[in-house]
Amino acid sequence: MDLRLTPDMEAFRDEVRGFLDHHKDRYAPGAGADRPREAATEWQALLIDNGYAARTIPKAYGGYGAKPDILKSRIIAEEFTAAGAPRGFANQGISMLVPTLLEVGSEEQKTRWISPTLRGETVWCQGYSEPGAGSDLANLQTKAVEDGEDFLISGQKIWTSTAAQADMIFCLVRTEPQAPKHDGISYILFPMSTPGIEVRPLKTMTGSAEFNEVFFTDVRVPQSAVVGGRGRGWFVANATLKHERGMLGDPNATEARFATLVDLMKTEIVDGQRLIDNPVMADRLMALQARVMTMKFNGLRTLTASMTGESAGMAAMVVKLQGCELNHQIAALAIDALGELGVLYEDGSHLRAKGTWQRSYMFDLGLIIGGGTAQIQKNIIAERGLGLPREPKLAVV
Amino acid sequence: MDFSLTEDQRMMQESLSRTLAEASSLDRVRRFAGDPVDRGADIWAALTDFGLPGIVIPEEYGGLGLTLMDAALMSEALGRAVTPVPFLAAVLAPLALRLAGSSEQQAKWLPKLASGEVTAAVAISEGVAGARDGAGVMASGCKLKGKALFVPGGLGADLLIVADTGGGLHLVEGDAAGLTREIMTGIDLTRRMAELSFDSVAAEPLTGDKGALARLRDAGWVLLAADTLGACDVMIEKAVAYAKERKQFGRVIGSFQAVKHLCAEMAAELEPCRSLVWYAGYAFDAAPEESSLVAAHAKAHLSEVSRFIARTSTEVHGGMGITDLLGLHFWFKRVGLNRQLLGGPERVRALAAQMQGLTA
Repeated sequence: MDLRLTPDMEAFRDEVRGFLDHHKDRYAPGAGADRPREAATEWQALLIDNGYAARTIPKAYGGYGAKPDILKSRIIAEEFTAAGAPRGFANQGISMLVPTLLEVGSEEQKTRWISPTLRGETVWCQGYSEPGAGSDLANLQTKAVEDGEDFLISGQKIWTSTAAQADMIFCLVRTEPQAPKHDGISYILFPMSTPGIEVRPLKTMTGSAEFNEVFFTDVRVPQSAVVGGRGRGWFVANATLKHERGMLGDPNATEARFATLVDLMKTEIVDGQRLIDNPVMADRLMALQARVMTMKFNGLRTLTASMTGESAGMAAMVVKLQGCELNHQIAALAIDALGELGVLYEDGSHLRAKGTWQRSYMFDLGLIIGGGTAQIQKNIIAERGLGLPREPKLAVV
Repeated sequence: MDFSLTEDQRMMQESLSRTLAEASSLDRVRRFAGDPVDRGADIWAALTDFGLPGIVIPEEYGGLGLTLMDAALMSEALGRAVTPVPFLAAVLAPLALRLAGSSEQQAKWLPKLASGEVTAAVAISEGVAGARDGAGVMASGCKLKGKALFVPGGLGADLLIVADTGGGLHLVEGDAAGLTREIMTGIDLTRRMAELSFDSVAAEPLTGDKGALARLRDAGWVLLAADTLGACDVMIEKAVAYAKERKQFGRVIGSFQAVKHLCAEMAAELEPCRSLVWYAGYAFDAAPEESSLVAAHAKAHLSEVSRFIARTSTEVHGGMGITDLLGLHFWFKRVGLNRQLLGGPERVRALAAQMQGLTA
């Protein structure tokens, strides 16, 4: 155990701080999702040029081209969080498609798609889940039937974020209906403007449509748009699901959210008393602080493991399950501490934090379910982590 | 930046676990638990050979000169083996002398503590967990009056470190006139506690660092959290092993998701705690300004997680879980005592809020 940074790393931290300070006029504190797309893409370009986004993506494909250095990435994350500066885009194209193309894409696919994706010029959505293929994703039924040089794609996807804004989709389709279910799937890319695609917004309990349903009727896509080989889609997709799970439960974001909750409890007054002065509320806050700290140090431990090339094993396996639950609980305490104020949701003179706490409370429940439900996470922990046997398969009736 | 154990630390922990497999087998623990006059002398002798009594004592006094982080790793191994020794006192007593003792006091006692020739106990419960049943020790001149409760290892200790109601620390020799000791038998039979009564007992004040009691408390919290961590590891291992072997309805019960998910929940709760305990041990020496808060959180959080694990592991074992024969209850009770010693989680969290200036 030695948590000191080398002088090189301290210098790198100063460099990141210097950059953020120099450009602080270009981001309002906390600005992020609400920015106009143009400002966001300009910021993204600046981040890539300076190595604070797309850091390890090769220059040839529009990235910064640095060697992977997990510690530097961590320092960037910490400093951006501390400054309240928006990070580089973390959309599904960047976090899921780009790593997949780098791993298994053809040279032509890499050259064509990675750079515009990184710069926010091409926005992607992910076509994985279907009404009958949630936790059992390999059961997907959207079919791609050969027609000359093309496929004709028909079926339905669901839980598709940003489908309405997306230029392109990376999609799992069944190309080999006779093959065993894991072997008949292909991973394919096509424009959302292709005839035969209908996007229907899927409104959730938050009141917004964070997701969509996407319907395909004889959508014509060239066979050359398959990534990683026909019938190999299951294995291609699994490589990227790994990246998605890594995104959920980031301890830096959780720490920042907890700090906001502490401020809230120090400043909000009920009956002339600060919320924090209620011993029951203070106790709940401290219990959550212990969990926030625990996940932070767990993050440092997994970071050390990845720096030395060791497997972090169980410490990494539990992050999605524990991290998403913790975020949900932080929002829950904020709502309880605010009491009746905590239920306000529409703009009005009493509304706090634009209703963020209620929105997080509801949306985070979705994150506990999405990207591998809590129950699937527990199966993974028990089977891969603890070596417990799989549930025997029932004979098909 | 390196958040991991050193090779030396791993080897030392494994080596202690091997020693304990012999010296503190479950059979030996059972004999200790069943015999109130068993002082565990053979176990203590094995640990003395290992050097444990001198773990935080500087080498110039014959100790190993290691850190609290190292002591916490030893505590974890002792918790794993539910070893019936008062290790808490073996670390806190020399720490008290180093923090607040004069150089004469250190020179007189530290070598004897390091060699295991003298054993010590630390009576700080009232100042940390709160005074119950009118307990509390008053100091006037060089005499102590009053009672101190819940003193682990206090029955046989040759030397006592006693906190008074003002937070001052005192040295009392075990054979001092006016000192009486009574056993306090708790659920955890692996660590007996004592009630100490002082009727005008001669004591030497430890006049150094005024913050010594808070430092002892922080170190105690870290060691108890580490002991709990080790005990929890074993409870999970036992539950998982049982779930892989026990069959009902024609299959091993670990293949049922209802059982499998209990095991996964235990592991998911405990694994991140390892990092919290490591950091708490590290911070005590390397980041003293953070030490109290992280020690408090380690103590309180491990207490909560261990309650869940003790109960869940027992349930995974079904009816066998509650039998004496299986012996899981030794770990169950071990973490039960660790939870309350030096303050239960609610009290510790209230202190955690105060230390950050969040509450008055």
